[in-house]
Amino acid sequence: MMRLAHYITSHPERMHFIPFITAGDPNEETTVAMAFALEELGAQALEIGIPYSDPLADGPVIQRASARALTRGMTLRKAFRLVRRLREEGLQIPIILFTYYNLLLQLGENELSQMLSTGDIDGLLVPDLPFEESEALGALCRSQGLPLIYLVSPTTSPSRLARIGQAAKGFLYCVSSLGVTGMRETFHPEIIAFLKAVRHSASCPIAVGFGISTSAQVEALSGLADGFIVGSAIVNEVEERLPLLEQDDTRSEAIEAIKIALTHKLLPEYKNGR
Amino acid sequence: MKLYPDVRGRYGEFGGRFVPETLMHAVEELEHAFNEAWGDPTFREQYRQTLTAYSGRPTPLTHAKRLSDYIGGADIYLKREDLNHTGAHKINNAIGQGLLAKRMGKQKLIAETGAGQHGVATATVAAYLGLSCKVFMGETDMERQKLNVFRMELLGGEVVPAKTGSRTLKDATNEALRYWAEHVEDTFYLIGSVVGPHPYPKMVREFQRIIGDEAKEQFLQATGKLPDALVACVGGGSNAIGLFYPFLEDDHVQLFGAEAGGKGIDTDEHAATLARGRKGVLHGALTYVLQDENGQIQEPYSVSAGLDYPGIGPEHAYLASIGRAVYEPVTDQEALEAVSLLCRLEGILPALESAHALALAAKKARELGKGRALIVNLSGRGDKDVETLMKYKTAGGHA
Repeated sequence: MMRLAHYITSHPERMHFIPFITAGDPNEETTVAMAFALEELGAQALEIGIPYSDPLADGPVIQRASARALTRGMTLRKAFRLVRRLREEGLQIPIILFTYYNLLLQLGENELSQMLSTGDIDGLLVPDLPFEESEALGALCRSQGLPLIYLVSPTTSPSRLARIGQAAKGFLYCVSSLGVTGMRETFHPEIIAFLKAVRHSASCPIAVGFGISTSAQVEALSGLADGFIVGSAIVNEVEERLPLLEQDDTRSEAIEAIKIALTHKLLPEYKNGR
Repeated sequence: MKLYPDVRGRYGEFGGRFVPETLMHAVEELEHAFNEAWGDPTFREQYRQTLTAYSGRPTPLTHAKRLSDYIGGADIYLKREDLNHTGAHKINNAIGQGLLAKRMGKQKLIAETGAGQHGVATATVAAYLGLSCKVFMGETDMERQKLNVFRMELLGGEVVPAKTGSRTLKDATNEALRYWAEHVEDTFYLIGSVVGPHPYPKMVREFQRIIGDEAKEQFLQATGKLPDALVACVGGGSNAIGLFYPFLEDDHVQLFGAEAGGKGIDTDEHAATLARGRKGVLHGALTYVLQDENGQIQEPYSVSAGLDYPGIGPEHAYLASIGRAVYEPVTDQEALEAVSLLCRLEGILPALESAHALALAAKKARELGKGRALIVNLSGRGDKDVETLMKYKTAGGHA
């Protein structure tokens, strides 16, 4: 919680960059290299997705990443070990685990508490666990001193938005478009009014995600949220370089290329500003 | 009647509403709309009228005399859902939800389908009510069930292939949920079984309980008493809940559900969710789920595409947990033999799904013995399965 509160703040000078990658896509070495590359690019937090057989909140890009990681045997337990390794190798930024609920249920409360107690992880985000079903997991997270990150969408009713905004900790995830994760040309038509309403209700920083893939989109959202989350656009860069990422001797070359591509497409501000 | 689900859509610990935030408003809106419509006598009358004038209800209760004699135990009665328009009980629910969609002002229906029966029922109702219809169907299932794909298209439906995962019912349901999340503002998702997030399991039960309500009245009229047992097949479990629900508080009526045992529950090829699954969340509900030790959903198998699902309705999970209903696996082979038997002894070709119930019913009839009686839900007719049956026969198996 301390680490997350330090990195993700309200009304930052420029919106926090919060990237998403899938654990083990296409292998653990790539996940480690990507995490450090994204930190270097200025990420203020990292979302690590746990692959799942039935990712119903995800679009095709992250579905394929999930399938690749599952084929290689990635699991929630292995992902915890991977995060441990990231910390040991010196990753500083907060890490949010993005996982479907069934995986947590099967791990069980005891083992989950134990894994969250190490302090390596800074928050959980569960896309198929709406606020009304989140009581037990929320309590477990609180007992370990870390937030369960809630989501709100343009279809969230005003009364629920008020309740969720009040309860939100860490940051509140604003879904910019209806549907699943994935790159999009446009956001929901009511996006600006929606983000203003969320800002009004939320007692913590707010971040916007789903469909963001260009610096122009980031620019358009600037000032309306405290952070922006990019998933599919990053996973897509990984997917385009799978053969290079598979080999130990070509991996770092691919990672460099991904950094350049992301800087160019997504983060020109960061390139010039730092 | 028992007061469940509770306000959170829970049947004991089962059920609930595990959906992405984008869909929360839609399921709440649906819950309000359903409760309001179901409490309105005009809507109920419209539903009953449509079932009568369009689907041919009430369906008969047939005393299977020669089958009963052959088994040599309890008397077997068949609730003839196979005689519904489109050939199965699926139409009861499709009519109910279709009328509700129209009442809510939604012009676009979407549905998931495995074998295609629910897809056909939805496309039928869409045509009847003048609504548009998209049916999500796994690519593998489209290949296996070409005739139903063609049938849906004849009815004006659009069949959308689900190309993810194993390309079967589970993936078609994922795709339907994803599409719904994107088009939630003007689209009605017509789920085909007592699965999914609250209020679906309750709503589909209410639209299917007509089966049990009729059967109870018909059996009473024919015999002056209640049956000793009810038997139905269970995939998601809508035909079974439809039959069981009106009898839940008649404690002496035993309830039996037949799960798809596939090639045997000690192999990897079955769909026996209660026998071999663990508690988990699938498609919006907490229930029993076939999954590996990490919680990844496993691919089920059954000769009958309608039972080929890795989850089960949360109300069945609850009834099993309190012991009110008992669920037993029935293998492919046993189901195929039951098809043969009913064809030859009663002149009725049952759906492969319903044949699972028949196989279990034969066993229960023997156990109950003479002088007792049971009702089997003959949930659908087997015309759709003729190709599968031919393959088995040619391969030298039964049926």
